[in-house]
Amino acid sequence: MRLRLEIALARGAGRLSRLAGRGGGTTLPGKLLAALDRGAVATLASRLPLGSAVISATNGKTTTAAMAVEILSPRLELAHNRSGANLVSGVASALLEADGAELGLLEVDEAALTEVARLVKPRVLCLGNLFRDQLDRYGELEQLAERWRAAVRDLDPKARLVVNADDPQVGDLAQGRPGALVYGLDDARHARPALQHAADSKYCLRCGTPYRYAAAYVGHLGDYACPACGHARPPLDVAAREIELDGLRGSSFALSTAEGSTRIELRLPGLYNVYNAVAAASLCLTLGSTPDDVRRGLARFQAAFGRFERIEVGGKRVLVLLIKNPAGANEAVRTVLGGGPPAVAVVALNDRIADGRDVSWIWDVDFEQLAAGLGTLVASGERAAELALRFKYGGLDARAIEVVPELERALERGLELTPAGGELVVLPTYTAMLSLRQILSDRGLVRPYWERAA
Amino acid sequence: MRISVGHLYPDYLNIYADRGNIAVLASRAAWRGHELEVRAIGSGDSIGDHDLYYVGGGQDREQALIAVELAAQGPALLEAAAGGAAMLAVCGGYQLLGRGYRDRLGAELPGVGLFDLHTVAGERRMIGDVLLECELTPGERRTLAGFENHAGRTMLGPAAEPLGRVVAGFGNDGASGYEGCRAGRAIGTYLHGPLLPRNPWLADWLLEQALSHSLGEPQRLGPLPDELEQQAHAIAGARARSRGGSRSRR
Repeated sequence: MRLRLEIALARGAGRLSRLAGRGGGTTLPGKLLAALDRGAVATLASRLPLGSAVISATNGKTTTAAMAVEILSPRLELAHNRSGANLVSGVASALLEADGAELGLLEVDEAALTEVARLVKPRVLCLGNLFRDQLDRYGELEQLAERWRAAVRDLDPKARLVVNADDPQVGDLAQGRPGALVYGLDDARHARPALQHAADSKYCLRCGTPYRYAAAYVGHLGDYACPACGHARPPLDVAAREIELDGLRGSSFALSTAEGSTRIELRLPGLYNVYNAVAAASLCLTLGSTPDDVRRGLARFQAAFGRFERIEVGGKRVLVLLIKNPAGANEAVRTVLGGGPPAVAVVALNDRIADGRDVSWIWDVDFEQLAAGLGTLVASGERAAELALRFKYGGLDARAIEVVPELERALERGLELTPAGGELVVLPTYTAMLSLRQILSDRGLVRPYWERAA
Repeated sequence: MRISVGHLYPDYLNIYADRGNIAVLASRAAWRGHELEVRAIGSGDSIGDHDLYYVGGGQDREQALIAVELAAQGPALLEAAAGGAAMLAVCGGYQLLGRGYRDRLGAELPGVGLFDLHTVAGERRMIGDVLLECELTPGERRTLAGFENHAGRTMLGPAAEPLGRVVAGFGNDGASGYEGCRAGRAIGTYLHGPLLPRNPWLADWLLEQALSHSLGEPQRLGPLPDELEQQAHAIAGARARSRGGSRSRR
């Protein structure tokens, strides 16, 4: 009885919040419920007849989860936190709202993983990668890795673990867990010539010697082996092979499993989206999808909000790519350059809690490559001046930099500089991306995120 | 003029965008017609003979991997400092230029001993924006704005001169009201952000020290147009005043 009352209260709060125009009310019901009774979250999760799948990673968790939804939704009713509200409260909200759901498909913040896993008791746990991200909030990488090890130790023995073998810290979690599925990339043509500047986890987990990479794909993700003690990437159960990248248009790869190979077409560009796709594929195969389900789902998939969105604005297009940490931003830059170097870019840096209050990470991003071809940078956001300095000391002439902290004006200025029929690249941090979508949604150009079809 | 920089162990100590500091030194030297030549000093290398040494910060694991090797360079680094070479050490590098660092498990990492200070890991990290007031050149009072994120509590010894007074933020130990350490031309600090882009006066001070080392007599550099730098400094300073850590009395 008490639980029913709490649920009714919490749901009512979500509706009220939306009616009041205060965003989607996506976390408010969950916050209420989580505050009223954390045990209720566990109870709600235990009612799902097929249990839950939990996805976490520093980069790509929202996209991976959204891809898995696209693959699974034709055959299953899902409880999914689609708005990226990925703390305990967001998970609680998703569970509250999904009447009649069969399976929970939950994207979880990397630091909240231990707690969510304890409450939800996932039957499948899919772990993608660990990059340095917001050290002011998450602490050092090693501490986060320790929390993940604890989450895996606490898993039900029957639960399946799905991990990215290409990340040394993450791949190692499969050690001593029978039935774990490891995935990765296997196409050395797409390897980077060297580890990127900000590569993490460069040193052997066992003995501290620098790893040798047969291929480094994204940051420290790749095919590594320790020359001293032999610790190496485990053999792949699921691999992306014969990868083709088609500029900003899309990508494709052969999804290779013990049973055979399936060609996957993606409407998303970039090697990091191949990682997201092979993660979603591995997760769904574990949940009983066929390779053909995976192929069809991924072919339908369009980007999760703000991750790679094209929006029509008065005969021009705005291309939005979220940036939030060095590894992710490097891939966003690499993806943008894949479509030819842009003449104008709007880059927006905020420093709220969700962005990271410490803005030093922008100096670990290889913005030099973007700066090289740029005619004008419109630096925006609450720390626009800091961003302008990043480009100034990255080699861009100070006369090519315009500092426009206010986002709407920066967008206007960027569009003004974009020729008719052209595309304006916008790289916002998380809260800047939310504000930008609000601006575009107020103009009726995008739907608010809580209404997006999952 | 050529200014030579020895960057110590960049493979291990490069967190918090240390390359931003190097980029600022290189550009500001180049805009005055000087050339900054940066050499990475890696594992097994000798420290060579440079006008300026740079030591960045690292995560705990990387710091532990390199601490013993860095400490073994102690005599050479002390000799370079005594010879008038300039130094900038940030965060982890700052701790390791002291007498030692005791980690959370009680293990002691050795230090270089250039600064008279010792660091002990505390329970809670001190994280936030910081604003300092310093006077490196007598009569020239300046502010430094940065970001700090450290578990270490750094205690200055009797011979140590702090880099500055904390206006807002935690500083060395969250209690003393001081931040960083200065020994002649060597500067150690917890401030990153990175430090130099929004504090160009310190970049110029370091370049002046390095040039003085190279030429054997004091040098001053002329001003540059720094409007963007001043804007960034002002915003970072305001952040420290509104949301920097607060010191506790012990």
